[in-house]
Amino acid sequence: MSDTIQLNFTVPGDDFTRAGEASSEVKGILKKLGLSPMVVRKVAIAMYEGEINMAIHGGGGEITVEISDQWVQMVLADQGPGIPNVELAMQEGWSTAPDSVRNLGFGAGMGLPNMKKYSDEMSIDSQVGVGTTVTMRVYLNL
Amino acid sequence: MTVTEMAEKLGWEVLVEGEGACREIQTVYCCDLLSFVMGRAPADSAWVTVMGNANAMAVALLADVACVVLAEGAALDAEAAVKAKQHQIAVVSSQGLAVYPSAKAVAEVCGL
Ligand SMILES: Nc1ncnc2c1ncn2[C@@H]1O[C@H](COP(=O)(O)OP(=O)(O)OP(=O)(O)O)[C@@H](O)[C@H]1O
Ligand SMILES: [Mg+2]
Repeated sequence: MSDTIQLNFTVPGDDFTRAGEASSEVKGILKKLGLSPMVVRKVAIAMYEGEINMAIHGGGGEITVEISDQWVQMVLADQGPGIPNVELAMQEGWSTAPDSVRNLGFGAGMGLPNMKKYSDEMSIDSQVGVGTTVTMRVYLNL
Repeated sequence: MTVTEMAEKLGWEVLVEGEGACREIQTVYCCDLLSFVMGRAPADSAWVTVMGNANAMAVALLADVACVVLAEGAALDAEAAVKAKQHQIAVVSSQGLAVYPSAKAVAEVCGL
């Protein structure tokens, strides 16, 4: 197995206009690496939704992206309030987003469902009062 | 048809040219809720919206739409303009047309 590339990003918790920068950068890198447009789009959408959730709900956090010759893996970890009921949160339309971010266009309750749809594997490890870690993989040859 | 040609034919203002000259419009998508757009807007669509903020530009980039069409006279805010230029996202204004006539005009002029 050849080397993997690892990229690390810090997502601020208060600045929603900057949220999306990590995903945008990763998109550019994957494009330069010559990955298929389908794979690039899947990673971009899944990672953006995770990044924005960290910023809005998780108080910011760290993203680690690993690129191997088989997959792109994204690990998004925050020390926010956690998700009390992950099954409920995964449902389309479920949202606790405050009005302040609804005015910006967020809060449809579609972020987690999008992450599930556009990644090939996804797991959520969340503990109330401790934080949330979302791990997603997109495979290069599916 | 490319975004630039579409805007020219319709007499719409190009707020940010971006990659508009080489992005072909394949379909039209209308919605303002960002994660709907993320999950459902087809790549290469003309995205008709009233959201002219920086988050909308991130969505346009990552969902890989052909362009953003700002309808209902919605403005592109300053931060969004910077982001659109930086990432070469084409943004046009439908000059105050409502969402439906904007979408219809794009579809008709592009022969969709
Ligand atoms: N990192 C997180 N930390 C704490 N809670 C979270 C986190 N991510 C998601 N949630 C919870 O799960 C809910 C659903 O998330 P989801 O991304 O699907 O929708 P949303 O962020 O509310 O709206 P949208 O993503 O459509 O703009 C959120 O409203 C929030 O309550
Ligand atoms: Mg969300």
